[in-house]
Amino acid sequence: MSNTESTESLLRELAPQVLGALVRRYGDFADCEDAVQEALIAAATDWPGGGQPDHPLGWLIRVASRRLANLHRGDIARRRREELAASWSRSPAEPGHAEPEAASGRDDTLIIILMCCHPSLTPASAIPLTLRAVGGLTTREIAAAFLVQEPTMAQRISRAKATVKASGEPFALPPPDQLSERLRSVLHVLYLLFNEGYITSSGPDLARSDLSGEAIRLARIMRASVPQDPEVTGLLALMLLTDARRSARSGPAGELIPLAEQDRARWDAGLIAEGVDLISGVLGSGHAGEYQLQAAIAAIHDQATSHGATDWPQILALYRLLETMTANPMVALNRAVATAMVNGPRAGLALLDGLGARLGDHHRLHSVRAHLLEQAGDVKAAADEFRAAAARTGNLRERHYLATQAARLTAEPRRAARP
Amino acid sequence: MRFMLLQNYGAVESDCAPMTEWSPADIKAHIEFQHALNAELAQRGELVDAQGLAGPELAKFVVWDGSGVPVVTDGPFPEAKELLAGYRLVDVETTERAIEIAAQASAAPGPRGLAIRQPIEVRQVLSAPDPEL
Repeated sequence: MSNTESTESLLRELAPQVLGALVRRYGDFADCEDAVQEALIAAATDWPGGGQPDHPLGWLIRVASRRLANLHRGDIARRRREELAASWSRSPAEPGHAEPEAASGRDDTLIIILMCCHPSLTPASAIPLTLRAVGGLTTREIAAAFLVQEPTMAQRISRAKATVKASGEPFALPPPDQLSERLRSVLHVLYLLFNEGYITSSGPDLARSDLSGEAIRLARIMRASVPQDPEVTGLLALMLLTDARRSARSGPAGELIPLAEQDRARWDAGLIAEGVDLISGVLGSGHAGEYQLQAAIAAIHDQATSHGATDWPQILALYRLLETMTANPMVALNRAVATAMVNGPRAGLALLDGLGARLGDHHRLHSVRAHLLEQAGDVKAAADEFRAAAARTGNLRERHYLATQAARLTAEPRRAARP
Repeated sequence: MRFMLLQNYGAVESDCAPMTEWSPADIKAHIEFQHALNAELAQRGELVDAQGLAGPELAKFVVWDGSGVPVVTDGPFPEAKELLAGYRLVDVETTERAIEIAAQASAAPGPRGLAIRQPIEVRQVLSAPDPEL
């Protein structure tokens, strides 16, 4: 690891701890976050060449505090200073909240994640704020990953901080009876962040897949903070089991390769083993939530030697269970696919008929119908459905894949269903 | 100088069939050509952005008169062939170079590897005035 890389990973680990210390001392989350960002940039510039200080955390807290003081100096900052003074006088410890000074760095990190994924924020705001305040990424890096201009991303992050501030939440862990619900928001944001990187549609691929890696890192931090929550473990397992298939998921020119056709030798055995281990450890320990069930499904796929040899009855049973917990029509769509694998394509097609009302003209409904029609031997109708799906997808790689399927069935109409 | 190289869904000079009726190998060759062209432009430091747009089926037209409720028209549209299908934004030294890139894009391979000969609209992006003006 080079000096620059080791500095970077240390800084990203320390970022939420510095922020936690600053907010405890000075109170204002939004300004403290700006100050920490400046301190991190200063460290990233100075440390690789000039050497790392003996106490990196103390150095960062000192520099960030100085930046915060500068931020509050001068006429422009007068209003901010008044607000800050008001926030100092407010007692940080509300009844029912954990005693702030007694909290550890790990608690601080958890508190900051909970704030960044506050339910008052949309995921589009929560994701960049989390990446900056918890992940220690710079605004420039986040803007590049989301393909927007740096000032646009800076604005999005400031607005998110203003929203969190307006929620008036104290800097402390929420009461135990609210923690589980607040964790749901965090898991949702991390899940979407992972998907941003995984279902990459455009732009520099490297920057995008880094988002998945960052989501996994944050999920690991979450698991260390709340090891007792099986859904946190379920989400981490789901990410690892999905990420394990990444390199088999696209061909040399970036074309999409569906699960059934992937070269399973290219799946990452290490990630699969870790994911299976994690999910096996929590399943059966009581109520299984959505992420655990999805991870269990991913684990069955990852352990199967081929698409045909997959334990489809087990997957079908898990989708049935999942469907009782969520109104997400994509789950119903996946259950139709599993049903077709267990009971034949006609049984799957019958289930799709009921989904039109919920999914409308969605491209995925067309593409699943196309696959099942082809399995049922209705090649012409399948080609039409692939064409309809290709016209409706918002993802370039998916469009190429679907157009190729339509072409395959149109160009060689006599070649019947694949085995 | 920045140029937008625009392509729409309109008829192409080769009169070839829509992509979903090509052979899979021809589709693959076409996509690889586009990737290779983008990679070449990026390597020369000329590529700013290249994007394909979702199909006319997902297009919407929005008109608002400033009060009341905006009028939103969903696709498909009879005039779908005039809709933008995708674009490349390039930063080049000369207009000639922009034309050269457009010609390359227009020669993208279609069925049986023959050039599609799609018309590419070459439009200069207006820049900010020089500071001394």
